Amino acid sequence: MIPVPTVQLAFSAAPQYVRTARLVAVAVARRAGVSEELLDEVRLAIGEACGRAVARHRRYDISELVRVQMSDDGPYTVQVFDSCGAEVTAGDGTGAPAGDEEDADRMQEALLAAVARDLEILRHDAGTEVRMVWPVRRRLSGTGRVTRG
Amino acid sequence: MELRLATRDIAGYTVVEVRGEVDVYTASVLRAKLVEVIDRGAGNVVADLQRVDFLDSTGLGVLVGALKRLRMRGGDMSLVCDNEKLLKIFRITALDRVFALHGSVQAATATPPAPPAG
Repeated sequence: MIPVPTVQLAFSAAPQYVRTARLVAVAVARRAGVSEELLDEVRLAIGEACGRAVARHRRYDISELVRVQMSDDGPYTVQVFDSCGAEVTAGDGTGAPAGDEEDADRMQEALLAAVARDLEILRHDAGTEVRMVWPVRRRLSGTGRVTRG
Repeated sequence: MELRLATRDIAGYTVVEVRGEVDVYTASVLRAKLVEVIDRGAGNVVADLQRVDFLDSTGLGVLVGALKRLRMRGGDMSLVCDNEKLLKIFRITALDRVFALHGSVQAATATPPAPPAG
């Protein structure tokens, strides 16, 4: 089931906004009740997923915004959307990564797979979605206080 | 926190001290500095990451790129890192088997560097 987002973020494909996305995602994760020891994983995973989207937009010269949706209704779920659908990426290979980018791409995949909980990379017609889910402690409704569940 | 870089020479090594966050935004600054010191003739580089708060795959790509550049010229690069959060990243990406990792600059520069190959 796709959760209803409680926080949405959209930013142009510029590297400096990845840091903003990381800060927001970690703040929402903390508020959602993700345990402190998982926040470094959240920070790294969101950064990698957003960095991936930014790199893809820049590689294929896409002017659309990168979109991030966070939901704390249940487990903490983050979805990062790029707008690089099959039509865009099925080119002549000129957008393919090279050099440092190629190395970074390989490590990005390894890091995402290792630190993101319940990672899914879904390919839609309009682009790809990186979906990550982290467990949360049970929140006491209405009080803003959390307790271990 | 922005990225801050400083270089110093110790016992035949060029030590590049890195402070702050190395991410998709700042990695290009680190790349430029490493390319600069390598092109200036540094053969044995130590990247001191002890004051790095955050490192992502872009930063790792820069470090690997610098290592490749150095090795093509008969040089080498090692890393100084005592932060478990970062060491975990090196283990996940198997880069702990690619780079020599040291706990201090003193340990990284204790042995005189090997002369350039060839």
